[in-house]
Amino acid sequence: MQLRSYAEINEKISKGQVVVVTAEEVLGLVEEHGVEETARRVDVVTTGTFGPMCSSGAFLNLGHPAPRMKMARVYLNGVNAYAGLAAVDVFLGATEIPAADPANQNFPGAFNYGGAHVIEDLVAGREVLLEATAYPTDCYPRQKLETWIKLDEINEAYLYNPRNCYQNYNVAVNLSDRTIYTYMGILKANLGNANYCSAGQLSPLLKDPYYRVTGIGTRLFLGGGTGYVAWYGTQHNPAAARGENGVPRMGAGTLALIGDLKQMKAKWLRGVSYLGYGVSLQVGVGVPIPVLDVETLRYAAVRDEEIFAQVVDYSEAYPQRIAGSLGEVSYAELKSGTIVIQGREVPTAPLSSYPKAKEIAEILKSWILRGEFTLTEPVSKLPSADSGIKLNPLKVQK
Amino acid sequence: MIKRKVVLRFPASVVEYPFIYTLAKEYNVVANILKANINPRKEGRMVVELSADDKDFDAAMDFLQSRGVIVLPLEQQVNWLEDRCTQCGACTVICPTEALWMKRPEMTVSFNGEKCVVCEHCLKACPARAVEALYLSGE
Ligand code: SF4
Ligand code: SF4
Repeated sequence: MQLRSYAEINEKISKGQVVVVTAEEVLGLVEEHGVEETARRVDVVTTGTFGPMCSSGAFLNLGHPAPRMKMARVYLNGVNAYAGLAAVDVFLGATEIPAADPANQNFPGAFNYGGAHVIEDLVAGREVLLEATAYPTDCYPRQKLETWIKLDEINEAYLYNPRNCYQNYNVAVNLSDRTIYTYMGILKANLGNANYCSAGQLSPLLKDPYYRVTGIGTRLFLGGGTGYVAWYGTQHNPAAARGENGVPRMGAGTLALIGDLKQMKAKWLRGVSYLGYGVSLQVGVGVPIPVLDVETLRYAAVRDEEIFAQVVDYSEAYPQRIAGSLGEVSYAELKSGTIVIQGREVPTAPLSSYPKAKEIAEILKSWILRGEFTLTEPVSKLPSADSGIKLNPLKVQK
Repeated sequence: MIKRKVVLRFPASVVEYPFIYTLAKEYNVVANILKANINPRKEGRMVVELSADDKDFDAAMDFLQSRGVIVLPLEQQVNWLEDRCTQCGACTVICPTEALWMKRPEMTVSFNGEKCVVCEHCLKACPARAVEALYLSGE
C-alpha cells in the first residue's frame, strides 16, 4: 500500500513539513516504533558514502583560443586528458597518471598525483596548467598552446562517473607471505589485515537493494553539489547472490552519476594515492530514499548485522580470477575492528569513511529540510534482479 | 635505564666515522635507527632511539659532542593533518603502535603522538597524504 507519492513529499518539503532522518537514525526509530509506524512518520531517509571510486572523471570544455585549435593531445598539470571529441572538449579520467610518472618501476610506486588530483585542484579553485598540441586545419589553424586555466573560467565542466556507489564489495585479504599493494590498500602478508570498502548501513544501494526508488534521473548529493543518476553503472550486476532480506552478499549494482563540477567542493572530491596501485578519486555521494510504502522503509532499515560481504584473497584468487570466498562476514563484525578468518583474528580497516558518510547523509537531510533539494521520480528503472543482466568476463582469444 | 629518541646531525667532516658501532662497542648504547640520511662528504642526519644505562648514556653523549655531532631531542616527529584526513582508516592497520587509531563504533581516526615511533609506514600508506614527517628539534 502506498503511503505517499513523490509529489506529496515535495509539497511537504516546500511547506517545511517534511520528516527526514538519516539511514543511521532510522535504525533507532524502527527499534522503538517498529517498521510500519516509522514508515508512517518518516517521509525521506538519507544515505551517504565517501570512498575511493576509480571509475570517475570529468568532461571539460576548455573554450577556444585565438586562433582556434582542434586540440588533439591535452595535458592538465601533466596528466593526459582524452581529446578524441570535438575541438576543445576533453575527458579527464580520475586514474590517469602523468606520462612522466615512473608508475610501478620503482615498486611500490607512490602515485602522488593524477587525474583525480587535477579534478580536486580544479574544484578547489586552483590554477591548472593546460598544454595542448594539434594538427592544423583551415578552420582550426593553431598547433600548440600553453596556458593556465581555472574552473570558473572554462565553459562546461561536469563530473561523469561511469561506476560509483558499488552495492557492497569484497573484503580483501592476503594469504601469501609477502606484502601486496592493491586498490584495496596495503595488504600485509599471512592475513595481516582485512580491508573492506562500504559504508554498510549508510550506503545508498544497500538501503534500496532492488532499486525500487533509485533509478535513472534520481537527484542526489554528488561531491558536495547536486548530481543525478545518469544510467546504471558499468559492471552493474543485479543478479549477484542475495540474502533473504534482498541485500546482495557481494558486489552487485552500480550507478553512473553526473553532476556540475562547478558546484562541487574539494572536501568531497579528493585525489587519493594507493601505494603500488595508482590514483583514485574519493567521491562523496548521498542518495535520498522516499518512503513511498512500508516496504521501502523495511529495506532502508537494514542494519550492519544483516549486511554480509565475502572475504577474498587478493594475492592469488582475485588477480587470477579464481572464484570462491574465504568466508562471509557482516559489516557489524567488520566495524568491530577484527574478523576471524581461517581461525585467525584479523584486524580490519574500512577505506570508505563511515563518519564522512554520516556527514553526507546529514548534509543531504539539511538540504531537504531547508527546502533546497526536492526529490525526483526516476524516469526509468535500473535493471534489477529479474532483468537477466549478468557480469561477463572477457574471453581471451586469438 | 634511559630510552630516548634523538636527532643526530653529523658535520660533513665526520660523516664517515662509524658512530653507531662505537656507541654499541664502547658505550653499551643500543641505537635503533628510525631514519637516516647519510651521504659521503655531506652533512648527515639520523633519527635514532638510544637506550643505555644512565651513566653510559651520559658518556655517549659527551663522546658524540666531542666529535662535533649535534644531538637534538626529538620533540614531535610525525604530524597528522586532520583537515586532510578523510577518515578512511587505511593507516590504522599499518601503524604498528596504534598511534593512528580508530575509535569504535564511531569509526573516527585520530593520532596519538606519544605512541608514535616514527617508523613512517603511514606516510605512504595514507591515500590522502594526511601524514607528514616533521623533525622538530630546535633546528
Ligand atoms: S610513523 Fe609509524 S608509529 Fe608513527 S603514526 Fe605513522 S605508522 Fe604509526
Ligand atoms: S590513511 Fe590517511 S586519510 Fe586515511 S584515516 Fe589514516 S590519516 Fe586519515
